[in-house]
Amino acid sequence: MKSRILKNSKETDRQFDEFLDNVSEAGVLFREATENYFEGNLEAFEEKRNKMNDLEHRGDALRRTLEHLLYTKTLVPELRGDIMELLENMDALLDHYKAVIWRFDIEHPDILPEFHDDFRELIASGVNAVECTVRSCKAFFSEIDETCNHMHKVIFWETEGDIVSTRLQKRIFRNESLRLSHKRHIRDFVRFIEKIGDEAEDVIDRFSIYIIKRAI
Amino acid sequence: MDFDIFKRRSGIETQIDEFLNRVSEAGLIFKGAVVDYLKGDLETFVLKRDRLHEAERQGDVLRRELELMLFTKTLIPESRGDVLELIENMDTLLDHYKGAMWKIDIEQPRICDEFHEDFKELVEYGVEAVESTVCACRAFFRNIDTASAHMDKVIYWEKKSDVVSTRLQRAIFRREDLRLSHKRHIRDFVRFMEKIADEAEDVIDRLSIYIVKRAL
Amino acid sequence: MFLFFLSSGLFLGWSLGANDAANVFGTAVGSQMISFKRAAVLCGVFVILGAVISGAGTSDTIGKLGTVNAMAGAFIVALAAAVSVYLMTVLGYPVSTSQGIIGAIIGWNLFTGTLIDYTSLTKIVSSWIACPILAAIFSMILYKLVVFCIKTFKIRMFKLDTLTRYGLIIVGIFGAYSLGANNIANVMGVFVPVSPFRDISFMGIFSLTSAQQLFLIGGITIAIGVITYSKRVMMTVGTGIMKISPVSAFVAVWAHSIVLFLFASQGLEHFLISHGLPSIPLVPVSSSQAIVGAVIGIGLLKGGKGIRWKTVGGISVGWVVTPLLAALISFISLFFFQNVFQQQTYKPVEYIVSAAAIERIENQGIPTDKLKGMLGNKYSSAFQFNKALKERLSLRLDDTSFIMESTEYHKMEITGAAIRFLDSKWFTEEQIKALEKLDGQVFIHTWMMDEALAGISPSWRIKKDDRLFSRRLKEKIDRIHDLFHTR
Repeated sequence: MKSRILKNSKETDRQFDEFLDNVSEAGVLFREATENYFEGNLEAFEEKRNKMNDLEHRGDALRRTLEHLLYTKTLVPELRGDIMELLENMDALLDHYKAVIWRFDIEHPDILPEFHDDFRELIASGVNAVECTVRSCKAFFSEIDETCNHMHKVIFWETEGDIVSTRLQKRIFRNESLRLSHKRHIRDFVRFIEKIGDEAEDVIDRFSIYIIKRAI
Repeated sequence: MDFDIFKRRSGIETQIDEFLNRVSEAGLIFKGAVVDYLKGDLETFVLKRDRLHEAERQGDVLRRELELMLFTKTLIPESRGDVLELIENMDTLLDHYKGAMWKIDIEQPRICDEFHEDFKELVEYGVEAVESTVCACRAFFRNIDTASAHMDKVIYWEKKSDVVSTRLQRAIFRREDLRLSHKRHIRDFVRFMEKIADEAEDVIDRLSIYIVKRAL
Repeated sequence: MFLFFLSSGLFLGWSLGANDAANVFGTAVGSQMISFKRAAVLCGVFVILGAVISGAGTSDTIGKLGTVNAMAGAFIVALAAAVSVYLMTVLGYPVSTSQGIIGAIIGWNLFTGTLIDYTSLTKIVSSWIACPILAAIFSMILYKLVVFCIKTFKIRMFKLDTLTRYGLIIVGIFGAYSLGANNIANVMGVFVPVSPFRDISFMGIFSLTSAQQLFLIGGITIAIGVITYSKRVMMTVGTGIMKISPVSAFVAVWAHSIVLFLFASQGLEHFLISHGLPSIPLVPVSSSQAIVGAVIGIGLLKGGKGIRWKTVGGISVGWVVTPLLAALISFISLFFFQNVFQQQTYKPVEYIVSAAAIERIENQGIPTDKLKGMLGNKYSSAFQFNKALKERLSLRLDDTSFIMESTEYHKMEITGAAIRFLDSKWFTEEQIKALEKLDGQVFIHTWMMDEALAGISPSWRIKKDDRLFSRRLKEKIDRIHDLFHTR
């Protein structure tokens, strides 16, 4: 059963899809960029960083157009606020990716090779959580019944991220050879990355409320 | 020719103007205080800190009165929530100034001379962004068509602030002679200042929605 | 008994109030600009005022289309209208009581063999089409004007909202008044000819004609409909065609009210006629369709996007289907009522070609050669007489109506006993004296008595330049026609 919420125009649907694709794409870029950083390939890293910047700008522009469309054209005023909130939350995820990359670029944290695998795992779980959020979002606008197939996975990935983050932070602070400021510096990054999964979960929490609203 | 019935301002409008004046004024105090601090003139800094504190307190009082008035005065119910939210968002900006001030006062960060110019520039852009937000707000209440020009300026200042912040943070972390903990300390301040423009942008993002909602 | 027969009209009034109040105050209440209580009270009061003060205009038009001359008939006609409106509303079409009642009257005309006045019918149907179009045009103009004012005077947000709120109340009051004036004819129009009420005067300050008393009752039932049931409708209105802003809502209600007022105002009609301008027919139109038209006008100004054209299509369907349905229901129920329940649903109107009538017709300049051959013939219904006329003559529509009017058989005998029945406060001394002079005389046509009375006293003469006097006199004449009527 198809139940389009934005029934007024195909254009809006297309832009919405593009916006969500952007978020999804940013996740792939994010993984590659961090990988490049761990490998020490700074040239490739900077290239990805610039790409990420472009993505984020396009995302912002799309979000503004969509919000405008939502308030001028759409026929379902009761849902406008919810959809707008959803857009902003998704955009926040995109922003977060960008912010992490820039922080790597600016602060050049010295991450010991022994932490690399944990970092990769942490990043993977965060990106997966966002990916599942994007999927639930797409389902919400086309096949509302499918949303539940993706929503619970977000929670799964968030928990994974939590476990890895705790383990990694413990390892960092148990390391005898590092100075405290160094430990705290790396810890900041762990936490910053962990937040991606948390934010994805927040989006999903909102989601379940929208879905209940739609059902009534 | 004077169209008195249309031009006369109601009490609530004077109150809003008064409140916006406090926000704008706080920006000027803040900018001056930061310059004083960088110059090492702590005495003037403390004086301005107290003035800002006072402005913030007045702002809070005005905001509370306004919120009460909003529910009794005649305003289209749909707009009431929006105006309320707008005022609260503006108050957050005021709070942010105060927060930055106290943070400087408490932590007394050692900011190397070579960062001074960038730092001043950063603060300048943040304050400009807030100033344009205040103008946009006033336009919202008075002549809604002119608001967008001010809103464009906010986006412009936010971009400038972003560029300076990135440049400054990068310079900080590229310094070999500073200890990591020191770098992180200054970085915190840079980010705190950068947030001012970010928040101003968030406010006008919301504002643009309120404007669309009030289309005739 | 009259109250029982009136009940279908009261039901029609109640449903009118329940549905149409939302057109006037719906947006204001739905967006919480004013409370439902206040809206309901204002709406109720002004609907009643509009009905009593300005309700007569549209009732005349309905009366011209068909004079329902028996109580049971009026009951069925109003009931048929109410049922068809109810059915259409259930099906989700924005129909109006106007279309229901006109259809039902046509059903009555067909059943009783009364001729349909096509001039009136054309006037009415074209008004239905004109109503939403006019509303759209008005709302476009007003919207432009209002937006221009807001921009030019740079009206500030708080001021604007205050003005909008008061504006909504004011146009709402205007709308309620116009609604009462325009639509009361739908509710009570068919009962006017059979009303047993007599004119009453309150300490000489003001008086209520029998029609106005009916309108008062009708207005009260509309008000009850507003208070008891319209809240639900108000809460869902506004999403009907497109979402509109408070300022647009103000403009839409304003345009709607102007249109309803135009189609109801006798004052305006007099003004236009006296200045040689084409006048607007006084016709009950649909409030819902006017508001839909007004909203479409604004929607078109905004580029036409977001209009639900399906709803617009529904209106046109309503124009055709509602009257047909009402006519059918009315015809069938009249048949049952007459034959199964043995109730008199109409008083047969007979026609007799008398010598006096032929003379009157001849004086009018209509050739009477063929008519003379019909001298002394009696016809049991307008339909039969018309058929007979058509077989012999080819006449213009106007001439036919004049012949019908001249030959209508209505036997009256003036008796002293009956004269004593007359309300001496309402009829002047001179008028009563003139009647006494005719004591014992018998007339077979109404116009014969009118001419006899006019010949005796100027107080019985229609004054062309004093419309108010003439209208009052017309009511008195109708009264004595009834009073002296004998079988």
